Amino acid sequence: MQTKDQLKAISTQVRRDILRMVCMAKSGHPGGSMSSTDILVSLYFNHMNQSPATWRRDAKGQDAFILSAGHLTPVYYSTLARAGYFPVSELATFRQMGTRLQGHPSVRKQLPGVFQASGSLGQGLSAAAGIALGKKLDKENNFVFCLCGDGESEEGQIWEAGMFAVHHKLDNLIAFTDWNGQQIDGPVASVAGEGDLAAKWEAWGWRVIVADGHDFESIDQAFNLAKAGLGSGQPTMILFKSDMGHGVDFMAGTHKWHGSVPKPEQLEDALNQLGTTPLGDF
Amino acid sequence: MKKYTDTGKKDTRSGFGVGLLKAGQANPNVVALTADLKGSLKMDAFAAEFPERFIQCGIAEANMVGAAAGLAITGKIPFIGSFAEFVTGRVYDQIRQEVAYGCTNVKIASSHAGITLGEDGATHQTMEDIALMRALPGMVVLNPCDFNQTVQATLAAAKYNGPVYLRFGRPSVPNFTPEDEEFVIGKAIVMNPGTDVTLIATGHTVWESLLAAEALEAEGISAEVLDIATIKPLDEKAILDSLRKTGCAVVAEEHNHAGGLGEAVAGVLAAQLPRPLVFVNGEDKFGQSGTPAALMAAYGLDAAHIAEAAKKAIARK
Repeated sequence: MQTKDQLKAISTQVRRDILRMVCMAKSGHPGGSMSSTDILVSLYFNHMNQSPATWRRDAKGQDAFILSAGHLTPVYYSTLARAGYFPVSELATFRQMGTRLQGHPSVRKQLPGVFQASGSLGQGLSAAAGIALGKKLDKENNFVFCLCGDGESEEGQIWEAGMFAVHHKLDNLIAFTDWNGQQIDGPVASVAGEGDLAAKWEAWGWRVIVADGHDFESIDQAFNLAKAGLGSGQPTMILFKSDMGHGVDFMAGTHKWHGSVPKPEQLEDALNQLGTTPLGDF
Repeated sequence: MKKYTDTGKKDTRSGFGVGLLKAGQANPNVVALTADLKGSLKMDAFAAEFPERFIQCGIAEANMVGAAAGLAITGKIPFIGSFAEFVTGRVYDQIRQEVAYGCTNVKIASSHAGITLGEDGATHQTMEDIALMRALPGMVVLNPCDFNQTVQATLAAAKYNGPVYLRFGRPSVPNFTPEDEEFVIGKAIVMNPGTDVTLIATGHTVWESLLAAEALEAEGISAEVLDIATIKPLDEKAILDSLRKTGCAVVAEEHNHAGGLGEAVAGVLAAQLPRPLVFVNGEDKFGQSGTPAALMAAYGLDAAHIAEAAKKAIARK
């Protein structure tokens, strides 16, 4: 278990990694990566029954994680590397020819920690539900976690998976939404008017928890509450309120950083704002 | 001419149902999913014997593909079943990402394929599915020709480690291949040896080609009939060996021209052994309502059209 201060330091380092990775690759998705950083760091360092030493794609006897919002590879890869799944130096290869760190998650390069390909949106929750059902068939009590985007939740398949998970009583499925309110073309409310996600998931029959995606205590409580749902016969959706680009003032709260790369002087400014950590850059 | 006996008309989808049950009995990891078409896919026997391993997904095919991929990740061997159009065209991107690119051991059981779906009409009659599935890197594409072969193809698909597209049909058709002949993925079967023309067929057109070969024999033409039960990977050697002997061919399939078996064979011949080739397929059209037999005749896919095409191919030698 990591303390709150340790989690903070890891998150700061992950945000530094995210920015440096996308700047080195001259492409990638920093905004949503920075809004989901605290959640993913908390999950991997304090809540998942998962470790680099025992990782296997079939997740036998351990928890699994699916990144449904596949473009969030910067935060995913950095978190995996910082958790020890592969060398942090490999983060420098992000999106380069021959890399295991493909633009969107791939199982073809056998990067430890990656259970399934994703990137075409709306599909990961179905895969997560399938893994959860497989664990039920195997009489396993491990959890399957799945990160969805709020923009991604405009995809109809998300709601198909939502229905399926309730019907098959997948209480070992814990989905969470990075509810940052932004997508490529603008604020979610102006693009598709998704409305009240909490009411929608409740109506679908899920246990719904709303939490602050940048407060480690709130994140901690949310995951604990979600895990307590095992035995309830219901899947859980945590809606984490978050800010796109969190941690850097000129990136925060706007869709403009969904898939944009900071200029060199912006990178310097951003890294100064984040500050350094004892973990060190890759 | 080698004699084939129709041991009683049966639908190939029932062959899938029998194969699925046998595969389930042989391996506890086999699971079956459907999108509200358990009866149509003949999954009832499997569902009755293995209720926990039968997963009803409701009318939500996209989620079914993803859930199957997830189950495969945990070591299960999922067969997902629906009408051909709804497990290919409707969910192409899901199959591409979750199954093909995602390297998951999912078997796509595709029933009511082609024009012989019949009365429901063009919305349900896919004539493009082979093209879509052939295009996916690493996807194995099987199209057995009768009940017995479909049982065996299903068992072979369950044993094979990797994504498989298994195509079969709705109507009752002659059952004429040996009951327990092991299905070898990637192997074409010489149904009848001949010397003047090769009839290359797949699925329902294999029987039609045998009938055509019989009619041709009566006119003194010796037709070799190849059953391409595996469309991908294609048995190029069997095709080239036959064409070296006969010098011309017909490719008959219950599928449109674009991306079908005909184009696959044309690619092999154009690159390695250019020979006269005549296509018997749905060309570039949608289907319509009608009985399976009436549609096969109207779209030029029956024995009479295949025999006619054979003469055209021979004339071009």
